[in-house]
Amino acid sequence: MIRFDQVSKSYGRNRQVIDDLTLAIAEGEICMLVGPSGCGKTTSMKMINRLVEPDSGTVLVDGRPVNSVDPIKLRLNIGYVIQEIGLFPHMSVADNIATVPVELGWPKPRVRARVDDLLALVDLEPGLYRTKRPRELSGGQRQRVGIARALAGDPRIMLMDEPFGALDPLTRAKMQDEFLAIQEKIRKTIVFVTHDTDEALKMGDHIAVMRAGRLLQYGTPTEILRHPADTFVADLIGSRKGLKLLRLLDCGSLMRQGAAAADLPVLPARATAEQALSEMLRCGCRSVAVADASGVTLGRLDLDDLIDRVARDD
Amino acid sequence: MDFISFLVAYWPTLIQLTAEHLGIIVVAMALSLALGLVVGIAISFSPRAAAIVLGINGLLMTFPSLALFSLLVPVLGIGSAPAIAGLVVYTQLPLVRNVYTGLTGIDPALIEAAEGMGLTPLKILWKIKLPLAWPAILTGIRTATVMGIGIGAIAAYVGAGGLGVLIFQGISRNNDAMVIVGAILISAISILTDRLLARIGDRDRS
Amino acid sequence: MTDRRLSAGLKVGAYLAAAVALTLYVVEWPQDSLVARLVTFPHVLALTGQHLAIVALSSVLAILTAVPLGLMLTRDWARQWTPRVVGFVNVCQTVPSLAVVALAVGLLGIGATTAIVALWLYALLPILNNTLTGLDGVDAATLQAARGMGMRPGRVLRRIEVPLALPLIVAGVRTAVTVNIGSAILAAFVGGGGLGDLIIAGNNISRVQVVVLGAGLPMLMALIVDALFDVAAEETAG
Repeated sequence: MIRFDQVSKSYGRNRQVIDDLTLAIAEGEICMLVGPSGCGKTTSMKMINRLVEPDSGTVLVDGRPVNSVDPIKLRLNIGYVIQEIGLFPHMSVADNIATVPVELGWPKPRVRARVDDLLALVDLEPGLYRTKRPRELSGGQRQRVGIARALAGDPRIMLMDEPFGALDPLTRAKMQDEFLAIQEKIRKTIVFVTHDTDEALKMGDHIAVMRAGRLLQYGTPTEILRHPADTFVADLIGSRKGLKLLRLLDCGSLMRQGAAAADLPVLPARATAEQALSEMLRCGCRSVAVADASGVTLGRLDLDDLIDRVARDD
Repeated sequence: MDFISFLVAYWPTLIQLTAEHLGIIVVAMALSLALGLVVGIAISFSPRAAAIVLGINGLLMTFPSLALFSLLVPVLGIGSAPAIAGLVVYTQLPLVRNVYTGLTGIDPALIEAAEGMGLTPLKILWKIKLPLAWPAILTGIRTATVMGIGIGAIAAYVGAGGLGVLIFQGISRNNDAMVIVGAILISAISILTDRLLARIGDRDRS
Repeated sequence: MTDRRLSAGLKVGAYLAAAVALTLYVVEWPQDSLVARLVTFPHVLALTGQHLAIVALSSVLAILTAVPLGLMLTRDWARQWTPRVVGFVNVCQTVPSLAVVALAVGLLGIGATTAIVALWLYALLPILNNTLTGLDGVDAATLQAARGMGMRPGRVLRRIEVPLALPLIVAGVRTAVTVNIGSAILAAFVGGGGLGDLIIAGNNISRVQVVVLGAGLPMLMALIVDALFDVAAEETAG
């Protein structure tokens, strides 16, 4: 869907910001660009919507080089979310979200319906929030509107530059969960820049680790955790790899189907294996029951299975 | 100093002079605002041009208005033309400066968001920058208008008419009532205009 | 800091030279005999002196009244009046200088005193305004710390409040003096003399040279004062 083909970029003579980047991002995936500040992750992302032009190499979307597309047309079809959110303070929430649809020339009723749908999608009651001004919203609400605004033109691609970076840890975790739930429904191709490795591991289908303009490793969170390409990637991931691997697994996929003892703690199938382990530690038991959303028991998850699964290299 | 008899005798003249004064101000401000917006927008794209233009404007401001009006008369003739031209010159600085600071003081994140969403530079100017700069521009209009009312009074010296006539004629005829009425009328118009424009600004903000 | 002083000194020198050159040009190469008779070195010097005297006197008077008034209005016992005074001052600041001069004429008649009184009143406002803002802007925690250490109110004022507010007060004086140099031209209308006389005379006899001289000298004067205040601003900023 998105491809970087031997892309390089430097500012001035000695500041190479992107050094021969080749990377392919598949449709419907979240690709996390992670690395320390100044590693070129934001610059790379901005090449996709041509806010930055490469010195050499090509960026392709759907097999077409982006520099053959009018930048305005290109951007209208790519959602864009930044850390500062950049909601227009003189416009209502609805007008903010409607920006791109209006530019695309949608008829008014369609724009209005789209705004309401999106507000509902990001869990903001349309009747309550439509007419509000950005300054009346909390940080989390603002970023919800920011995401709704980026989705408004129904783009197939979304670029997100540290969208949750300015939020407090609690709100950030909540927004990450909600965004993953939204992505389940909308299945956009998302390029997500972050310097937070945990966020990358949690949100990404694939992670691209960058340093000093170079791509060090590209792989799934599990691959990166299990086989870091070099010491830099290993350091970036940090310690407690076992627990981090547990976070990538969910109870539903690890459990043994069937009945479970009635006195076991119950966890939803969506819960992470880390939560299951925590529950076991808390109650001093070696198993938890796994249930679906309506509380019907699906199966049982044992401590030994957890250990086996994390220790097993696959 | 008999105000009452002066007012009774002169009220039609007072109304006529006030109208003349306001007419000059309105025309000059309309021209100046149009010019100031164009110049302010143009220099908002180039900090270097901005420094030069604002510098020249600042220098022009210190040129005594009396002298400028007097120099404009041979070129534009007697009447309201030199007054209007002079007022446009003097009201440029607050207008251009405020348009410029209003446009350049906008949070860069907003501009980046707008660019990233695919708004054209012209759309960004029209839908984002100008509305956001409006409070600053309005402050500039307010400063410029109030300043213009005062300077416009001086233009009466070169035959532009307006309320300054009362002051200059009053002084030369030794008519204190006339001078004071002129001063009070000019002050009142300045203060009222200032309050009015301030109120428009407050209303817009809420 | 010495760099600042040097460049200010150079600027002042250049402006002074320009003023002398401008005068020299009009005196040595007058348009015609009318100009030659009107513009002589002693005459220009006398008018410049008058101009400076009007500006200096009115400005000093304004500083001597506005600063103490500002200090008084920021004391606890006068605080209740401050907003009203600030509001009044802000309204008065929109009154044009010509109107102030005219009012002074109406009350005091013609003469240099009238001009000085008018400019004094006119210069009062920016200085008072900045004094109030400057003193109000002093961090409450700083004041509390000073009081907490046992400083008497008088000491707090002298050692803490005034030094911290000084840059703004100086900025107010700068505005007032610069504006006054321009407004002092109006003194010519009320028989107060000054460089406005040249503009009016030039206008009456329709001689551009004289008008330009009458306009150029106060302009250069304002630039010189501005350069000097650059140094003052640097010094008071600490």
